[in-house]
Amino acid sequence: MQRPCDFEERWKHLASLSDEELKERFWQLARDIVRPLYDLAYTHTSPSIERSVLLRMGFSSLEAQSIVSAAEKRGLLGKGAGHLVLALAKARGIDYLQAGKQLASGNGWDEVAGLFGGEVSS
Amino acid sequence: MKRDRTCTDGGYALEPNEKLDIHRILQDLENYRPRRTGWTWREQQPGQQLGPFKYSQTSAPLKQSIPLPAAKYFQNIDPQPDCVITTEIASGRFEDDIRRMRMAAWHGADHIMVIRTTGQSHIDGLLEGTPEGVGGIPIARKQLRATRKALDLIEDEVGRPINFHSYVSGVAGPEIAVLFAEEGVNGAHQDPQYNVLYRNVNMQRSFVDAAVAKKIMAAFGMLQIDGAHNANATAREAWKVMPELLVQHAINTAYSEMVGMDKGNIALSSVPPTAPPGPALSYDLPYAVCLRWLFSDYKVRAQQNTRHIESDGREATVTHVLNLLVSRLTSADVQSTITPDEGRNVPWHYNNVAAVETAKQALVGMDGLRDMLEIKKDGPIPKKVRELAERAVLFLEEIKEEGYFNAVAKGFFVDSGEYPARNGDGIARDPNGGVAAGSIVKRDEDYMAPVCHHFGYNNLPGGLSKPCDLIGGCTLCKRDKIVYIDELDPEDNVEKRLEAVEERFGSDSVRPEVEWAKDSIVAVTVFFAEPEGIAESAALELAERMGLEQAEIIHKRVIHPAEGTLIELKGTVPFTLKRSQLKIAEKPRLLSEDEIRRDIAEHPMKVVCGTVGEDEHSVGMREIIDIKHGGIEGFGIKAVYLGTSVPVEKIIDAAIEEDADAILISTIISHADIHRKNMEKLARLCVEKGVRDRFILVSGGTQVTNDLAAEAGMDAGFGRGTKGIHVASFLVEKRRALWAEGKGRKRSLDEN
Repeated sequence: MQRPCDFEERWKHLASLSDEELKERFWQLARDIVRPLYDLAYTHTSPSIERSVLLRMGFSSLEAQSIVSAAEKRGLLGKGAGHLVLALAKARGIDYLQAGKQLASGNGWDEVAGLFGGEVSS
Repeated sequence: MKRDRTCTDGGYALEPNEKLDIHRILQDLENYRPRRTGWTWREQQPGQQLGPFKYSQTSAPLKQSIPLPAAKYFQNIDPQPDCVITTEIASGRFEDDIRRMRMAAWHGADHIMVIRTTGQSHIDGLLEGTPEGVGGIPIARKQLRATRKALDLIEDEVGRPINFHSYVSGVAGPEIAVLFAEEGVNGAHQDPQYNVLYRNVNMQRSFVDAAVAKKIMAAFGMLQIDGAHNANATAREAWKVMPELLVQHAINTAYSEMVGMDKGNIALSSVPPTAPPGPALSYDLPYAVCLRWLFSDYKVRAQQNTRHIESDGREATVTHVLNLLVSRLTSADVQSTITPDEGRNVPWHYNNVAAVETAKQALVGMDGLRDMLEIKKDGPIPKKVRELAERAVLFLEEIKEEGYFNAVAKGFFVDSGEYPARNGDGIARDPNGGVAAGSIVKRDEDYMAPVCHHFGYNNLPGGLSKPCDLIGGCTLCKRDKIVYIDELDPEDNVEKRLEAVEERFGSDSVRPEVEWAKDSIVAVTVFFAEPEGIAESAALELAERMGLEQAEIIHKRVIHPAEGTLIELKGTVPFTLKRSQLKIAEKPRLLSEDEIRRDIAEHPMKVVCGTVGEDEHSVGMREIIDIKHGGIEGFGIKAVYLGTSVPVEKIIDAAIEEDADAILISTIISHADIHRKNMEKLARLCVEKGVRDRFILVSGGTQVTNDLAAEAGMDAGFGRGTKGIHVASFLVEKRRALWAEGKGRKRSLDEN
């Protein structure tokens, strides 16, 4: 977009604001702009976010990578990767770290998909 | 959150005269625990008295440090400015950077920023081990742990906490934030706009990831630095992006605060937008005032202008000093430094130190500036501040109307027009494109993450005191759960690199170094009284004949189109020096102050002194004589001072008349070798007058060395850095030697 400077026309509605009012307007606009971004973040997740959850649960970066890729492929990321691990652990009656290692090595995914009512991959 | 120290460093402590042992740093890393998390500010000491001066903007002194060169005139004080001082160190090999961090800390850096290797921001996941980087360091757990462990030792050595910092950006931001929290990294760049605009990471992914990363950073008290200064570094006409800089700061700040970050941990990376030959301060100062007014609740990290840095280190340093003036006229919580060789190459060891010293020197020199000066209320600044804020508000209004993603898609950002003017050269990004496009997923109603400090919707069961109760503790609460991976690549790792250097050169080798261990790089400064083209060719030919390999011109400055060109070049030397074969000049053994005093008390000594020739320099000689400066008078030696520009004949006559034991001459001017000639003349005339054996002859001056003086017939010569005790000790010992040879005479007390 190209546009000559039209500051003099745009600026008129700000002329009557005091410095403090101008500053308040600056911050109100900034908050208004980021609010939808905040809402998007609040309701969404990503592979990196889910790997960060697995790291915090005590999995290695390699295990986290493997679990999240598999969850992504099966459309299960929206459940939360940590949630998948816990569900498998509960279903199999094993420690969650063990369950995660099984998922990282590719075992248990059909069971996990079943637990969340998803399609069992072929 | 601050945590107490939980682990020791295995008893390893640094000694000032010993090199840091990287092998000891790498030992037992799997059991290392960072001693604290979160950022640390300097301990403010307003009104501090240091040596003869009172300061209003300094912090607690260091336990061990290297003061500015001129400190010797000021009782060797090393005042530390109030603000944290940054240095950016990232050569590609962290094991070599660690040694540089130690050097920088000794000169006053307490914020070590590590740039990441090229391309890491596009790696979807964490790296492990210690591979070599390009233009930066591959950030990984082992590398962070080793560096933090070394910084613990370095901060103990200098006596001030050191903040360790890197980047929480790219497509692995949340994981890196966790890694940083676990490994005691104290601060980080985090700004999703940086990902979007400069790394072309998908904008939805960037903002979704950023919220999680920021929340973790917030929980651990890390200082966040934004990325707004990059607009200045990128835009074609950098000074016109001032309204946008304010807008970018505001977007990241508002977002961070909404996610839960404390105001006091949000720092704006603010850069003075322009540089000479522009009238820099008339742009930079109103901008700085406007920023500090609008963002009065937040911290300012004063970044140096990098947009206009060329290969000229002098020019870069002057711009840096002008930026520091802006910091002192306004404020800075963190003062950034960019090395003066940034425009040439990946920075060299000593240039990091140079930049830190520039900041320290300028900030201390301008201590208390705002107590003396204030910005004129009826001058041009308030009007400019208001207009900048208005332009920024108009910019925000238009973004709000469009929505942020659409605004980016339309190229609103990094346009070189001064808003609201638009030149159509902004960076436009597709909201559904870029790296990792389409990778965010809506959290289902039963989404759950059983870990602490997790941002966003989380359907946890009720009754938990904290989320990680579900798993018996997460790594942020229970460190023992962290999984440490040592190395993944058996060849590309620190141990292999250390072995290679050791095998190639051996521990006895001494080679030049600017960046990597024994890299053998030297720089040569050469002036040719020739035009540019000839000078360049001549410089390269010169380098070849000097035996330099891989020679490259790193700086060129035309001094006159016909009369001359200055060239700086670098190259590597193909040979290795052996430490064991070097002839190391022994430092003269000094007698103790008491022994000198006792000797002089028993056998008084008188000396005649002055600055000889047509030379009006008096400071050096007075330092050597004056009791107040630790001079020879303080040991009881009687000094007859004849002043400056004393003819050599006269000083000998005076020595004869005073029946002196020694003649001390100062000879500062060295033009046309006059200093050597003065010494020779003194020796010759003493011989001619038949008094050579009566007097100990001593000369001093900035260009004088003991060897030069001895060749010229003196008994001793003293150069830069000489103190009274050096001269007094020599005089006493020389007199004893003469006595032993049956020469000289023993003066008794009543003779004095």
